[in-house]
Amino acid sequence: MSLLLKLGSLVGLGLTVVPAFLVFAGTISWDAHATLMLVGALLWFITAPFWMHAEPEASSH
Amino acid sequence: MTPPTTLAERLDAINEFDREPVSEDRLQGPGNFIGLYAGEHVAGTEFVIGPLFVAHGVAAGDLILGLLVGNLLAVLSWAFLCAPIATRTRLNLYWKLRKITGPNLLFVYNIVNALMFCFLAGSMISVAATAVGIPFDMTMPGLNDLYPNSVGWVVTVLLVGAVVTVLAILGFEKIAQFSKVASPWMFLVFVACGVAVLPQLGVTSLGDFWTVANEKIWTGVPMAGRVQFTFWHVAFFAWFANMAMHIGMADMTILRYAKKWQYGFFSAFGMYLGHFVAWIASGILVALALQLGDEVAPGPIAYLGAGIAGVITVVIAGWTTANPTIYRAGLALQTVTPNWKRWKMTLAVGAITTVAALFPALMMRLLDFVALYGLILMPMGAVIFADFWLLPRLGLRQDYAEWRQLLVSWPAGLAWGLTLAACWGINALWGLQIFFLGLPGWFIATGLYVGLSLAQQRTAAPVAHTP
Repeated sequence: MSLLLKLGSLVGLGLTVVPAFLVFAGTISWDAHATLMLVGALLWFITAPFWMHAEPEASSH
Repeated sequence: MTPPTTLAERLDAINEFDREPVSEDRLQGPGNFIGLYAGEHVAGTEFVIGPLFVAHGVAAGDLILGLLVGNLLAVLSWAFLCAPIATRTRLNLYWKLRKITGPNLLFVYNIVNALMFCFLAGSMISVAATAVGIPFDMTMPGLNDLYPNSVGWVVTVLLVGAVVTVLAILGFEKIAQFSKVASPWMFLVFVACGVAVLPQLGVTSLGDFWTVANEKIWTGVPMAGRVQFTFWHVAFFAWFANMAMHIGMADMTILRYAKKWQYGFFSAFGMYLGHFVAWIASGILVALALQLGDEVAPGPIAYLGAGIAGVITVVIAGWTTANPTIYRAGLALQTVTPNWKRWKMTLAVGAITTVAALFPALMMRLLDFVALYGLILMPMGAVIFADFWLLPRLGLRQDYAEWRQLLVSWPAGLAWGLTLAACWGINALWGLQIFFLGLPGWFIATGLYVGLSLAQQRTAAPVAHTP
């Protein structure tokens, strides 16, 4: 399950950044890029909280 | 146990859990610091600072070189000034400063720090409000706006401020955890935003970038009413943006957990992944907004780059920066009102912060505010440096206020006040801009503290020793 969550998070991050380069290359439209980024954001926030470690003691002030 | 009554007791009670030096078994590995620094320096402020560089008309070459050099100087400051003292003492800033300044002077420092936190949080509430207001077609503040410009802005800021304050009351720790989850994603959003809009600026291949960067993004022509920025402005701003943390020693609180002082170099992940990339990306976004005649506030420019995901980023970035600062400001101000429960003080701080957020000046003059913030707190970092490294070499006692059980170290207090007065004088008489004052100020503070400590310790009556 943990592996599945991490894979989902990785896909989410990929959908966040890769579409931008595809827009730059003229492969996809800006609208498609924005939609994919939103999907990527949702995927990241649905999966990442379940496997990212708790805050360490060296916390920011 | 009797409740704390004196100011010193009240201060100590709030920080009691952190009184002892960090023990060996609690030290942290490199990964924690990399993640912490990378996350902390991709924040709501990045959506404002990049555009302000564009507004100040910095040229492309000056920007890139200035960011490379300035961020390097910041890293070196963390590594060579803050980290060595943090890893040798294993104390946080509060307890280290208390030994030097005495509790009553530390109280003043806490209050000043809390006020700075309030204004910083206020600017971040403004940032988040520019995103929240988009669906409601709110009139956005412009780059030169200092006062509230619409009823919609006022209502949105009050709403965002209320939510941030309530969340700060309910659960700082949960927000901190959420912030850690959001950080890697936010960094990639900045990258994506910057890259995705390049074609709209005329960049269709890598070879076009430098020409477009000079002609359309960092043009070398400032907006009306803005000081022209040069390489020096960018370098010094990048260096001193977090002066309170490195030269000011606030990051002793983090680096006391480092196994080695060299972990201070991990701040590079924050400076180069955070500041360097994010400031360039947000500059690219605002250049497109200016080209299109669009709004230049953080929310709209993030929408230009990433659509709804960009708007969400601005909300999260503003919120996750505002929330802990409101919490810390409330903590610091609790010493003023010991009978208030923490939630009540946090509520009061949130209210003050939200009112401050109504004024876009905090956001649109963020460069000046950040420079001022660092400058005001820097002298105490110089005092810590001088007390730790220089006083022993001169045959003087470190932590003199603690040894003498003094409530106020007058050398530290005078060094602080006179340094700021000197910096004001340098600005007023010679016109040296605020972005640069930290450099002469640090030497002035160090020299003053050493000189005044010499005067204090060489003329002090000997302490009676019990047999």
